[in-house]
Amino acid sequence: MSSQTEETKPLAKKKKKVPFDYSPYIRGGKLPHIWCPGCGHGIVLKSLLRAIQTTGFPQDDIAVISGIGCSSRTPGYVDFNTLHTLHGRAIAYATGVKLAKPKLKVIVTTGDGDALAIGGNHFIHACRRNLDMVIMVYNNSIYGMTSGQSSPTTPQGMISTTGRYGSVEPTFDTCNLAKAAGATFVARGTAYHFQELEKILHEAINHKGTAVVDIIDACPTYYGRFNKYKTATEMMEKIEKEGTVSVKQAGTMSPEELEGKLLRGILHKSDRPEYLEEYNKLIERVQKK
Amino acid sequence: MQGNEACAEGAFYAGCRFFAGYPITPSTEVMEIAAARLPKLGGVFIQMEDEIASISAIIGGSLGGMKSMTATSGPGFSLMQEGLGFACMTEVPCVIVNVMRSGPSTGSPTGPSQSDVMQAKWGTHGDHPAIVLTPSSVQELFYETVRAFNLSEQYRMPVIILYDEIVGHMREAITLPAPGEVEVINRIKPDCPPNEYKPYDKKYGDIAPLAAYGEGYRFHVTGLYHGEDGFPTNNTKLIEETAQRLIRKVDNNRDKICKNEEFYLDDAEIGVFAYGLSAKSAKFAIKELRKQGIKAGLLRPLTIWPFPEKAVEELSKQVRAIIVPEMNLGQIVHEVERVARGRCEVKGVLRADTEPIKPAQIIESITGNGFFPSS
Repeated sequence: MSSQTEETKPLAKKKKKVPFDYSPYIRGGKLPHIWCPGCGHGIVLKSLLRAIQTTGFPQDDIAVISGIGCSSRTPGYVDFNTLHTLHGRAIAYATGVKLAKPKLKVIVTTGDGDALAIGGNHFIHACRRNLDMVIMVYNNSIYGMTSGQSSPTTPQGMISTTGRYGSVEPTFDTCNLAKAAGATFVARGTAYHFQELEKILHEAINHKGTAVVDIIDACPTYYGRFNKYKTATEMMEKIEKEGTVSVKQAGTMSPEELEGKLLRGILHKSDRPEYLEEYNKLIERVQKK
Repeated sequence: MQGNEACAEGAFYAGCRFFAGYPITPSTEVMEIAAARLPKLGGVFIQMEDEIASISAIIGGSLGGMKSMTATSGPGFSLMQEGLGFACMTEVPCVIVNVMRSGPSTGSPTGPSQSDVMQAKWGTHGDHPAIVLTPSSVQELFYETVRAFNLSEQYRMPVIILYDEIVGHMREAITLPAPGEVEVINRIKPDCPPNEYKPYDKKYGDIAPLAAYGEGYRFHVTGLYHGEDGFPTNNTKLIEETAQRLIRKVDNNRDKICKNEEFYLDDAEIGVFAYGLSAKSAKFAIKELRKQGIKAGLLRPLTIWPFPEKAVEELSKQVRAIIVPEMNLGQIVHEVERVARGRCEVKGVLRADTEPIKPAQIIESITGNGFFPSS
């Protein structure tokens, strides 16, 4: 009976217009993903795939590399050259891949704990070297995979399983840290502003040098539950929408209005020489002798 | 040429074009030579921010298709252990040089030791295979470094070159072979259509071809237990299979991997089992003992892991005692005891005072022990 239905109503006629076809970039059979309902990581992934498509990089020339954690499961789902490494070490692995295969556009997908705690040393030195790669920090201010411990971006006073009475430690501002360490492209986006994020990632991928994109995201399962957010939507609105302002908007706001808000958009850009360009010059120089 | 220099030259001969490292005495010269030579060879040298980054970068470099290497010493080697496990699990070829110093902790940075032989085997967690080479001269360091790369490429796994500070800093005249004179083995690359490629394909047996990133084969690599397609799995059967296969690929090829030197062993009544620098002293001691009419002989493993069980077993059947000189307080001596199974006496000649084992100590351990009392 069902086959009759199909015959009488061809699917092609019913087919809705698909604005973007994700299927070439997703590995069939590797979904569903492990991310919880309400988690923004999937939205971030969509923005990334759309950004990759608009930059026109061939799939064979993209490498997606991660450490350990929720965000770090990204490489498993996407059909590129993919590497899921050790906790905190994604950037160091990415450095090796990029140096061995310079034609690859290397994209690191890492979390706030992975990049800024255990991987903090690699993070700052990657920024210093300015080797061509994109570092996407999926920043939900908590360790999701290990069930909700404080991370270097957990705001002071917020609750986690290791900050039961309110986190005592001050937080890192990923963007300030990246800029100070020498990254030549520093930006911030959110899962809520997914179209803006796509544009930022497009710019980051096209940038020649170390590009850091801090992506504010929310973990409803742990951060949300501990800190009395009722729904994932409420978290998105409070943390991502109301907690951030675009660089453009910020220009019209008073310091009082900007208090406690994170800036969104491209925050820093400089054209310091890229590592491999410098290294190749060195090769040329020493081989002439 | 210095030992550390011969090691670096051996690596370049074997086709190593990627080096990532972090300075640490007494291995630093390997890195300094890589820094000077690799750009001239069109290769890549990078000084990383620490040892963890170094091993991570060489694994990445190897996945990018380059033969890769790092060099370190005790404390740095400790830091590299997690990465070493990752290379075992993901089956990525790479070579790690550990110029042993005395420890634990910072120990004596310039004091030679042989106290990392157990760390080289058991340092990282979980069940995994290990291939560890123990050259004892500058010339040998060159050849064994080439062999380390060959084994690493052949068996798709990290290979460790283990020697002590004295071998590293010792200067000896050596002959560098011409290109092509010594066999250089490269990893097998896939020739199937990219959509059929599986990085751990069982149809090739225990070791599958390894593609490089960016060459049309888009594949996934993870430190999680995985199936033949490289994707994570919780399937207990697949986990067991992978764990067994990793061990098997070394176990089944022991005869090809193990390499020993025998010295006056044919008629030996006393055996000496010594590796690295201690073997040099042992040779000297054996010559002296022979002059005294004492039938001593040396079994010298150039591959300490996998442990040369067959050779030690044979030796234990032949001799009254096996003497094991080591610059540690007893590591390999226990392995020899395990394999000898009481068939002969096993005696360690040990010291950990940052002085090498001296021939006199070995002689004394044999003549003064009642095996062959000196008259």
